[in-house]
Amino acid sequence: MSVKIESEPLFSAKNLKLITDPINKNNPITVLVLGICSALAVTVKLEPSVVMAISVIAVVTLANVITSLLRNTIPSRIRIIVQLVIIASLVILVDEILKAFAYDVSKQLSVFVGLIITNCIIMGRLEAFALGNKPWPSALDGLGNGIGYGVILVIVGFFRELLGSGTLWDYRVIPESFYISNGGFYENNGLFILPPMALIIVGIIIWIQRSRTRELIENE
Amino acid sequence: MENLLSIFVKSIFVDNMIFAYFLGMCSYLAVSKTVKTSTGLGLAVIFVLGITVPVNYIINNYLLAPGALAWLSPSLADMDLSFLSFIMFIAVIASMVQLVEMIIEKFSPALYSSLGIFLPLIAVNCAILGGSLFMQEREYVNIAEATVFGLGSGVGWFLAIVGIAAIREKLKYSNVPAPLRGLGITFIITGLMGIAFMTFMGIKL
Repeated sequence: MSVKIESEPLFSAKNLKLITDPINKNNPITVLVLGICSALAVTVKLEPSVVMAISVIAVVTLANVITSLLRNTIPSRIRIIVQLVIIASLVILVDEILKAFAYDVSKQLSVFVGLIITNCIIMGRLEAFALGNKPWPSALDGLGNGIGYGVILVIVGFFRELLGSGTLWDYRVIPESFYISNGGFYENNGLFILPPMALIIVGIIIWIQRSRTRELIENE
Repeated sequence: MENLLSIFVKSIFVDNMIFAYFLGMCSYLAVSKTVKTSTGLGLAVIFVLGITVPVNYIINNYLLAPGALAWLSPSLADMDLSFLSFIMFIAVIASMVQLVEMIIEKFSPALYSSLGIFLPLIAVNCAILGGSLFMQEREYVNIAEATVFGLGSGVGWFLAIVGIAAIREKLKYSNVPAPLRGLGITFIITGLMGIAFMTFMGIKL
């Protein structure tokens, strides 16, 4: 693996696959069941979902690169602690940046920014990929997995905000005059704001994805 | 005392780790295939939450929170180290888990053989770190409250994982649509269980 990457173009087919694979066939959330903890709680609205997605993409990419650079110096007995320290430092950075530049969103995300540390996607990628590969493929792998996670987050956030509050990114999509209180016919579905609906939406996304890509179906 | 009881009940039912905050979902989905293993994991979570939350409470209130260092010397009274809390909490959790594992192995091999394999898994369980972060955010007034909150959250998590495992055992005999089998149906059932748990939401304690 580490023999001839120097001669390879930066975006060779193999490297591109590192980005595209996690978006569908190896999606961290719907196929590998990683990182669900933080994925669901922040998706009431589109804006926190997007912020969370960007934070995770940044942390997983950087953590992958740093671990990959250090991969020959980390003793394998204490690698979990080293990885946790790398991730925790990056998450502290993200948290401070969010507090400085997007205070309202940071308040909405509350403890879930901190919980990026225990997001299994990041640990999983460090263990499975970054410890054995060069920095550039590791960066692409991190980017791909971060995007695969972000896509699901944004889809869930989109539907929950649209159907639950009738807005998107806090802009009103469904006109006020449609609502029953204003003499119309429409009512927001309050269930979408509540936590259980996020689980059901992810369940439906899994259903749709697996009916399209049939090799993902589980045999019991 | 009444206050402690209300924190306990609230953290089990109203603020359930799984159904209200989705914490610890990864192991919840991965280890809930049989009731036996999920009971083991659930007990280990109660145990570790009951230990790490009070320890992190002490660390937060005597080292990290704004002004917490005042006991050391008055000149440190306006120190605010709370930006270090993530890294401190995760370090405490990882080392406590290791410590607990060693202690159990030494003194109770029977308990070790039933909990042992789950303990390393728990270090990266979001429910554990989440417990400490919620403890910090909700500002419990004393260590008893923090301990009770930790134990209650653990019990809530235990109930959730044992419940879903029991349902999944029965589900083996049902005819689920092929693309929904396994993961998909588990998500939807968890959602339905969450809706059931929401009936506790109105309770004022």
